[in-house]
Amino acid sequence: MDLTLKIWRQATASEKGKFVEYQVQNISADASFLEMLDVLNEELVRKGEDPVAFDHDCREGICGACSLYINGRPHGPDKGITTCQMHMRRFKDGETIVIEPWRAKPFPVIKDLMVDRTAFDEIIQAGGYVSINTGGVPDANAIPIPKRDADTAMDAAACIGCGACVAACKNASAMLFVAAKVSQFAVLPQGKIEARERVQNMVAKMDELGFGNCTNTYACEAECPKEISVSHIARMNREYLSAKLVSQKE
Amino acid sequence: MSLAGLFLTSFLVIHLLINLLILFDKSLELFNQAAHFMATNPLIQTFQYVLFFGFILHIILGVVLQIQNWVARPVRYERKGSSEQSYFSKFMIHTGAIIFIFLIIHFANFFVKAKFGHIDPITYDSGTYENLGQLVVMLFSDGGYVIFYVIAILLLGFHLEHGFQSAFQSLGLNHSRYTPFIKGLGTVFSILVTLGFIAIPLVIYFSF
Repeated sequence: MDLTLKIWRQATASEKGKFVEYQVQNISADASFLEMLDVLNEELVRKGEDPVAFDHDCREGICGACSLYINGRPHGPDKGITTCQMHMRRFKDGETIVIEPWRAKPFPVIKDLMVDRTAFDEIIQAGGYVSINTGGVPDANAIPIPKRDADTAMDAAACIGCGACVAACKNASAMLFVAAKVSQFAVLPQGKIEARERVQNMVAKMDELGFGNCTNTYACEAECPKEISVSHIARMNREYLSAKLVSQKE
Repeated sequence: MSLAGLFLTSFLVIHLLINLLILFDKSLELFNQAAHFMATNPLIQTFQYVLFFGFILHIILGVVLQIQNWVARPVRYERKGSSEQSYFSKFMIHTGAIIFIFLIIHFANFFVKAKFGHIDPITYDSGTYENLGQLVVMLFSDGGYVIFYVIAILLLGFHLEHGFQSAFQSLGLNHSRYTPFIKGLGTVFSILVTLGFIAIPLVIYFSF
C-alpha cells in the first residue's frame, strides 16, 4: 500500500506545531498502524530527519499507552480496539491519513503525537484507590460479592486510562474515565467504605485540572477501546449527588 | 441544568395544552378563558417567578458550561470527529441560542402586551376576558412570522430530543430496564410537542 500521511509535528510543548505530509510506500496490509509508523520513522532516520514521536508500549492493546487521533477518531476507525491493534487493511491504497495528538487542555503535547497524561494519574491520586493496611491475604470467601456486582466492577476496571474518551468528547470531558475508576470500587464492599470521599475528591480534581463537562453526547462510549458503558457515568452522578447531599460539614 | 431543563419541559406541556385550545374552539372562548385563569390565579402568578428563575438558571448554566467546554480544548482538531451517539447533543448551545432569541421576540409579542399593554376585551356568556386569542390569530396571519415560529419550534424539538434523556443521565437515572424506554419516550415526546406547537400557526394561517 502507498499512503499519504498528514502528521502533527511539534518539537516541544512550548513551540508551535504544524502538519507535515509524508509519503510511505509498500506498506503491507497486514502491518499494524504503529508498524507503519515505524517504517516511516526508519525512513526519516535514514534521511537524517527527526522521527515522529508517538506513545506505545505493550502493542497488545492492554497497556493504554498508545493514542493517536486518526482521521477524526481516537484509536482509528475500528471499534473496541487501541491504535496498536488496528491494521493497515482498514485503509485504502493511496488514502491520505490525518494523524493528530489527543487535544485537551489538561493533555499538553510533549512532542509530535505524544501528550502528557499525568492529569489522569492526578485524578487517581485524588481517590482512585482503596486504603487498606497490608497484611495477610484475606480468605477469598470472607467477603461475599454477587456475581453481577463483580462483573460490573470488572467491566469498569477494564479501563486502561488511554484518554480516548477525552479525545473523542467534543467537550474534552474525562467523565467516562473518572466514572470507570469510581464505579470499579463503588459496587464492591471494599470500595464502599471510602465511596463518598472518593467520588467527591476525584470529581473535584477532574474539574480543577480543566477537563470539560459531560453533555451526554456518548462519543466516549463509542470510541472507548474497552467499550466502557456510559451507565458508569450515571452511577458516578448518583454517587456524587448522594455524597454531596449527606456528607458532613468540614 | 438537568433539573431546570425538566422543569421547563413540564412548563412546555402546560403551554402547549392551553395553546391547543385555540384549535378546538374557533370563537376563542376556551383559550381566552384559560389565559384569563393563568393571568389571574394567584398561585400561578407566584409560580411564574419560579419559572423565570428556571429559565435564567438553565440559560446561565448552559452558557457557563459551554464556555468551560470550549476552554477545555484550546487547540481544535484538523479533522473533527463525529462519534456522538446523541446527534442533537452537538448543537445544544446553537439551538438554545436561537430558542433564546425566539423567546425574547415571543415575550415582546405576547407576554409584555398581555401584562402591560392594552388588549381589547371580548364578552362571552361565561364572562368578559381580554381577547388574547385574537392577538394570536392576528400574528399567525402573517406568513413570515409563521415561518419564523415553525423554525424556532423545530429547533426546540431538536433541543428536547437530546435534552430529555440527557437530563435523566445527568441525574444518575440510568437503568438497563428503563433507559431505553426513557430514550424512546424523549423522542416521541419531542416529536409530539413539536407537531403540537407547529400545528397551531399552520392551522390558523390556512383556515382561520
